[in-house]
Amino acid sequence: MVQRIQRDHSRFRQIVRGKIKQELKKYISHGEMIGKQGGELVSIPLPQIEIPHFRYGSRGNGGVGQGEGDVGTPLGPGQGQPGAGAGNEPGGHILEVDVSLDELAEILGEELELPRIEPRGKHTINEQKDRYTGIRQTGPESLRHFKRTYKRALRRQIASNTYNPEMPIVIPIREDKLYRSWKPVERPEANAVIIYMMDVSGSMTDEQKEIVRIEAFWIDTWLRSQYDGIETRYIVHDAEAAEVDRETFYHTRESGGTRISSAYKLCDKLIDEHFHPAEWNIYALHFSDGDNWGEDNLVCMDTLKEKLLTKANLFCYGQVESPYGSGQFIRELQNNLGGAENVALAEIGDKEAIYDSIKVFLGKGK
Amino acid sequence: MSTISAHRPYPAEFRRMQDEIEAVARRYGLDFFETIFEVLTYEEISEVAAFGGFPNRYPHWRFGMEYEELAKGYSYGLQKIYEMVINNDPCYAYLLECNAMLDQKLVMAHVYGHCDFFKNNIYFGHTSRKMMDGMANHANRVRGYMDKHGVDEVETFIDACLSIEDLIDIHSPGIKRHDDKLRHVALAAEPEEEEEGSGRFKSKDYMDEFVNPRVALAAERKRRIDDKKHAKHKFPELSERDVMLFLVDYAPLENWQRDVLSIVRDEAYYFAPQAQTKIMNEGWASYWHSKIMTTHGLTSADVVDYADHHSGTVATHPGRLNPYKLGIELFRDIEERWNTGRFGREYDECDDRRSKANWDKQLGLGRQKIFEVRKVYNDVTFIDEFLTPEFCRHQKMFSYAFNEDTDQYEIESREFEKLKERLLFSLTNFGRPIIAVQDGNYENRGELYLVHQHSGVDLKMDYAEDTIRNLHKLWTRPIHLETVFDDKPLVLTFDGKQHAKQVGGENK
Repeated sequence: MVQRIQRDHSRFRQIVRGKIKQELKKYISHGEMIGKQGGELVSIPLPQIEIPHFRYGSRGNGGVGQGEGDVGTPLGPGQGQPGAGAGNEPGGHILEVDVSLDELAEILGEELELPRIEPRGKHTINEQKDRYTGIRQTGPESLRHFKRTYKRALRRQIASNTYNPEMPIVIPIREDKLYRSWKPVERPEANAVIIYMMDVSGSMTDEQKEIVRIEAFWIDTWLRSQYDGIETRYIVHDAEAAEVDRETFYHTRESGGTRISSAYKLCDKLIDEHFHPAEWNIYALHFSDGDNWGEDNLVCMDTLKEKLLTKANLFCYGQVESPYGSGQFIRELQNNLGGAENVALAEIGDKEAIYDSIKVFLGKGK
Repeated sequence: MSTISAHRPYPAEFRRMQDEIEAVARRYGLDFFETIFEVLTYEEISEVAAFGGFPNRYPHWRFGMEYEELAKGYSYGLQKIYEMVINNDPCYAYLLECNAMLDQKLVMAHVYGHCDFFKNNIYFGHTSRKMMDGMANHANRVRGYMDKHGVDEVETFIDACLSIEDLIDIHSPGIKRHDDKLRHVALAAEPEEEEEGSGRFKSKDYMDEFVNPRVALAAERKRRIDDKKHAKHKFPELSERDVMLFLVDYAPLENWQRDVLSIVRDEAYYFAPQAQTKIMNEGWASYWHSKIMTTHGLTSADVVDYADHHSGTVATHPGRLNPYKLGIELFRDIEERWNTGRFGREYDECDDRRSKANWDKQLGLGRQKIFEVRKVYNDVTFIDEFLTPEFCRHQKMFSYAFNEDTDQYEIESREFEKLKERLLFSLTNFGRPIIAVQDGNYENRGELYLVHQHSGVDLKMDYAEDTIRNLHKLWTRPIHLETVFDDKPLVLTFDGKQHAKQVGGENK
């Protein structure tokens, strides 16, 4: 049955894609739907268009809530006012669910219409893996299949007429128990390494680092869904570059000048030493505010063109807007390498723009 | 009548369950329209929910947006619609096909609570009970206009109408503002000029000529008459809170546009009572599903599932107010207080803590009282009348406010007065600013002058500007909005090309 809503739905999609009704474009927000991943909450992008109304601003505004907390305790973002909004609101409640990284990546891919990545297939290593797909009668208790065991017990009880629907008590006995078993399977393996580089010179503020962190999280998530083994390496640089761990990467703050080429050289060295392009799919991502020493630009372009780009699947450069940076670097790259196949450049003005930049980076299907 | 799943028979098992629940509900004294349940698949129920509960609405993209949110929320396992019921005679309610039987039963009990509320609460008194047909008619008319004038043009016009859909006078169904006003004006027409006191200062006889020179008196009289004449031409006579009605009546619109605008207005009035009684309505329905389910129809096999489902419905998330929870608890509190006689002067003035705590006059008026409450209150009066400090303390309620220094919402207070004030403010006029037409012929240039009744919270500026822009599409002459921003009076103006702001009398 064709639904009536399809017409409205496709019209909405067209507006979101910017095909019709351009005047509504500025009201599109990527509203959030909260999902849970591990202990962390992630939001699933959900485009929304809000028709403007007269509304109260946040200044002087407030409301009433329920729960623990002392005066002054901050509340999380995203609480609306009770009772706001006319309409026959359906009675539903948001369930907190665990979204696995795989599902998250799938949602992301679907949202952004990302192409699946074709790994460079020169070298595929076949690897044996145990998969728990089978069922058998014996096994260790730790592998007991709970649901099937109980189903069997229930079936037995019904068959022997000892089941009472009024008092639904099911007790499995020895013969009911079923256990998981495994089978080794052979499957090709593709490895990838992501090398993050970030400018930590004085002009990068915490807000910009937050943007980089979010961006990196999503790129990680996507690439992990496409490859079996992912390695990540982190490089920070100001005038000098250094390889650091993840924690340091997001929290270091240096002052002083910027020489981007130092990071590219270190990245190249890393690849040569540990990640041979024939065995690894290499992703190099660089985030900066676009401020660089003038004469260094030339060195950067040479390093990229002659070394990095010949080895990497994809080189991404994200320029976060900074109150201090001049933002020249992206234009240099644009002019010199804009045409190259495995280069993706994006300017990330604010958190809203993360969405679009991810699409630029991953939309190439590399 | 257009139903959604006419091709699908209503299972006999459901029929039996419905009869059982309905009989119990009637025994408790619930009074409802005939209720028709339909069993829908998830796609269907998402569609109906996106349409605000109706199987057929006029074409508009925002329904598609709602649908996407609902359908996605379901497929990612984030949320699920349990019940959906519309205020209509007969009442239509929808059940989700894949729900467990126990859930269906619970939803039915909940729905009968809603149906009783729709039928009996006076704020629903003015709503059309044939809205199922009404919505279908609206849809047909709009489709007709789209065929004739083009989808884009009509849809863009609807966008503009929706921008002001909350500028209605929600109390107008209960108050005759216009007739009274006109009658008064007619009776008081042309009052003869008062003999004394027309600008005359007190004076001794011999000084009169000098204190009140005749020329000045004459000038004063003329000025007063002019004033009065001028005042008579004021348009509208009194400021008009139903901005949509004012536009339907006076905006220079084409016929189809006028019709579309009044369709949007009709639907806004139809939905308004649901927003006005959200806490009560959900509380009432939850009270009854819990009463019916726990006293009837639960077997020991069902208890755990029922408890799980019920607690999901009334769960409080930290820092958020759940209308289901607040409503059901308040109804229970009222029932308890009227059963034990904890109300009235004698109780209020008692200052012995022990006798207050053990207060029980065995009145047993609780059930009767809550039925009365569901009939004559709305959320604002409900909270105002029945929220008590003990209740708030028990429910761990707090008020929160926006802190500009930290740029986030923070817990502001747990004091009863503050909290109640915040809660009432957020419910008054659905928590939307009150805006009225002051002058439809501002400066004698046919410009529209609106006034925002400022009550402590400033408007969101960018939204206000965009809304004025949409108003201009309807009125076609410049629009002014008087408000207060940053403690200074401010007039926003949009003349069709650009926005202007006038702060405290000077141009900026």
